[in-house]
Amino acid sequence: MPDVPATDARILQADRLDRLFEALIARGYHCVGPTLGEGAIVYDEISGSTDLPRGWTDEQAPGQYRLKKRNDGAYFGYVVGPHSWKKYLFEPQRRLWQLKRAGQRFERTDEPPEPKRYAFIGVRACEIAALRIQDRVFAEGSFVEPGYAKTREQSLVIAVNCTQAAATCFCVAMNTGPEVREGFDLALTEILEPSHHFLIQAGSERGRELLSALPTAPCTAELQQAAKTAVAQASRQTRTMETAGLKELLQKNLESPQWQDIATRCLSCANCTMACPTCFCSSVEDTSDLTGDHAERWQRWDSCFNPDFSYIHGGEVRKTTASRYRQWMTHKLSTWFDQFGSSGCVGCGRCITWCPVGIDLTEEVRKMTQPEGGRA
Amino acid sequence: MAKPRLAVWKFASCDGCQLSLLDCEDELLAVAGAVDLAYFPEASSDMQPGPYDLSLVEGSITTTHDAERILEVRRQSRVVITIGACATAGGIQALRNFADVEEFTRAVYATPAYIKTLKTSTPIADHIHVDFELRGCPINKYQLLEVINAFLHGRKPLVRAHSVCVECKRKGTVCVTVARGEPCLGPVTHGGCGALCPSYHRGCFGCYGPKELPNTSSLAHWARTELGASDADIARLYHNFNAWSEPFRQEGQRDG
Repeated sequence: MPDVPATDARILQADRLDRLFEALIARGYHCVGPTLGEGAIVYDEISGSTDLPRGWTDEQAPGQYRLKKRNDGAYFGYVVGPHSWKKYLFEPQRRLWQLKRAGQRFERTDEPPEPKRYAFIGVRACEIAALRIQDRVFAEGSFVEPGYAKTREQSLVIAVNCTQAAATCFCVAMNTGPEVREGFDLALTEILEPSHHFLIQAGSERGRELLSALPTAPCTAELQQAAKTAVAQASRQTRTMETAGLKELLQKNLESPQWQDIATRCLSCANCTMACPTCFCSSVEDTSDLTGDHAERWQRWDSCFNPDFSYIHGGEVRKTTASRYRQWMTHKLSTWFDQFGSSGCVGCGRCITWCPVGIDLTEEVRKMTQPEGGRA
Repeated sequence: MAKPRLAVWKFASCDGCQLSLLDCEDELLAVAGAVDLAYFPEASSDMQPGPYDLSLVEGSITTTHDAERILEVRRQSRVVITIGACATAGGIQALRNFADVEEFTRAVYATPAYIKTLKTSTPIADHIHVDFELRGCPINKYQLLEVINAFLHGRKPLVRAHSVCVECKRKGTVCVTVARGEPCLGPVTHGGCGALCPSYHRGCFGCYGPKELPNTSSLAHWARTELGASDADIARLYHNFNAWSEPFRQEGQRDG
């Protein structure tokens, strides 16, 4: 998706939001985005503005997520939930190929991915940063994941600027948000005051074409200011992470007693890695049927917290919870720089919210930085 | 080459796990084609004598008679695989291990003197060498097929010991603990059920027993301090179908 300078902002009346869906559907895109499901705001197929969680917001804390009503009719008045866009780009499980016995040999039938053309609607700034990170893993370099690369290339990013932050958000500290700056086709800012509008900017040729099909008006100075004020609210974040020197600090603390302390709380359940929008590990698993004439290979999301994940000849490399948490955290915040040239953390807070015992990555970093000042 | 001879044994249990084999409707003919169902009283009155290549054992040991019988099963079998929570952990009936079994028999039976039973319900592996333990209450029939497949083809069964959470997350199921405040044993429980209960907005009951590295006390601490569960609630959670498995037994006793 080649970035072009964002166009001058246009204004769409909120009651015309469905024109965007219509334009996307007319162009053959599968619209996916936020909707209510199982007591949370999840990402699923949506076909119009009525599928959006209008009038709902989320309250998040370590190990806790609750939906709450809001009375202003906002369409995007919440932050990120349990799902991330990676489920559309790198499926949780997929059959790679099948083998059938044919006399003395086997015939292999590959199952190439069938990439859809998605319109990802409501992508937040931290999530664009996460997509950029997964691009480096899956779509750049020597080993390209064809399904990911193709889906990503032909899908649209309809971004939304956050206008509030959850207590678990720390995109400001990670320098990934809250304002969407790049990597989008369209970027929306929802304005509630003085009247309900969307400020829209195009960030690509495809976005420009789409924008031209929408019933927009030029943006007034008043609405431009209102949008700025709205996004500024999302910058007020209490959670932070000290990233200066963190890469080296973690490398110097590989034998810190804090890993054992974390292990008394960590469940090694893998929720953090599955919820993380940048974690990308998978396993390939083979099965055969009763006759032995048919076998299959499946790719499934896996985790550095799972048993057997580090299994090599002779046994598992990481047998303890302490060693697994250390692997995850040092990779995410330290060795990721060596491998991919950036941090692996975008500050979305999912690992904090969706840890069933509320282990807080930012707090663990703080304790590593200031061991004396930490909690008992 | 003769087909491997399969035997299916029942000890103290509800029959649900061996029924899983008969529940393999689409695959049942393939199973019958791949193995010789030599001894499977639940399915056929044609009960052939041993030895057997593969014995599937359901149920726990609760009588002296069964404690003898399991030794004979081992003697007659090349490979023994236990199926279900009773056979791998003692089952729900292992709750007797925490109580006075004679008090139970007095309360339940008109003539307690007729009841000859051990004070404990114990897993098969406490009595004989077991080659593989398949978890679940009941077991998942697809995992059972996988275990039989692996046996037939001399490979390791693809049965992962990770948490139920991994299965929730792959399905996109929203965490019931985080989003609803429901206590859930998923983070300490061995996967394999496909995260059945959380898919219906219920906390995991721990049917598959402890996963690898189960941090039961951290989960109990969170349930107590953040979810408002009482010690009795937590003890009941852990002391269920897999109460006698070491990690769940200890945690339930700490909280109970």
